[in-house]
Amino acid sequence: MGVMKRVTMVFRAKANRALDRMEDPRETLDYSYQTQLELLQKVRRGVADVATSRKRVELQLNQLQQNADKLDRQARDSLAAGREDLAREALTRKAGVQTQVDDLQGQYASLQSEEEKLSQASQRLQAKVDAFRTRKETIKATYTAAEAQTRINEAFTGISEEMGDVGMAIQRAEDKTAQMKARAGAIDELMASGALDDMVSGPHDDIQAELDRMGASHGVDRELEQMKAEIAQSAPRQIEGAPAGSSDGAASQSASGLPAADPAQAGEPE
Amino acid sequence: MIVRILGEGQLQVPGSAAEELNKLDAALESAVDRNDEAAFRLALDALLAKVRQVGSPAEADDLRPSELIIPRPDASMDEVRQLLTDEGLIPG
Repeated sequence: MGVMKRVTMVFRAKANRALDRMEDPRETLDYSYQTQLELLQKVRRGVADVATSRKRVELQLNQLQQNADKLDRQARDSLAAGREDLAREALTRKAGVQTQVDDLQGQYASLQSEEEKLSQASQRLQAKVDAFRTRKETIKATYTAAEAQTRINEAFTGISEEMGDVGMAIQRAEDKTAQMKARAGAIDELMASGALDDMVSGPHDDIQAELDRMGASHGVDRELEQMKAEIAQSAPRQIEGAPAGSSDGAASQSASGLPAADPAQAGEPE
Repeated sequence: MIVRILGEGQLQVPGSAAEELNKLDAALESAVDRNDEAAFRLALDALLAKVRQVGSPAEADDLRPSELIIPRPDASMDEVRQLLTDEGLIPG
């Protein structure tokens, strides 16, 4: 018979069973309309839930991305300082964080598409519910109970199919959101416990500490070199510059920051 | 005729496409019966592609029930099987 026909029959059978339970066809209309409004509410809540879940994943994603960026920076700094071992460690940690980022990105995309689908389903259902309300009033005003039956059956079967479809979509979205909440909760816990920070930067941010230490000692070395160079340069220059006047001597004093070296040597020999 | 893709809504499809759709649907059913996942995916994709090719979105406020209903594009074979046998899958 084919999959399509069989699925259709399942939907029809469901609508028929509901119709059989109703004694007064007009009552069917009002009751069904109430159910439709309730489902519409549920779908709207579903859209909002999925959006909340998506935003939470987005926040986590940003946080993890910042960690990955930081480790990337550290790897570059380490390499620039000639510490390939540190750079390797930073990149290894970055790979771990990146795996989480990729996973969350997948979840984010899936939530985004779920949100989009649900929101479209909500619009479709709204259009049908509006059409049903109009049809319901026409049927009630125009037909006797007996005449109304076939028209009610068709409208009811049509809206029941839509509700079945949307109902399944909502259930799916709820399942997915529950899954995402559980995973997002796990990551939040990781972050709160500091375990993720440890993964990112070691128990005491050891890479950064090493970089800072190297940075500090590198800074001292550089300053020393600079001073040595200045002293080496300042001696001959001051000998040449001396006849121009004592104000030059004062300027080079404050610039070099080495007062002891200056006046005696620069002032007297010439 | 009106054809529904679950999760996506209804399409207006010309009756002339019915024969070809039935052929594609037979392949889908056979894949489900044989429990052949690869063939199932191919058959569902082919059926959906055809319906989308020949169909156009039905009016949103059309209350007529669909003549044919197609499982959602990302449905698993198990979900389709449940859809055929277990009416509990449809809520409400």
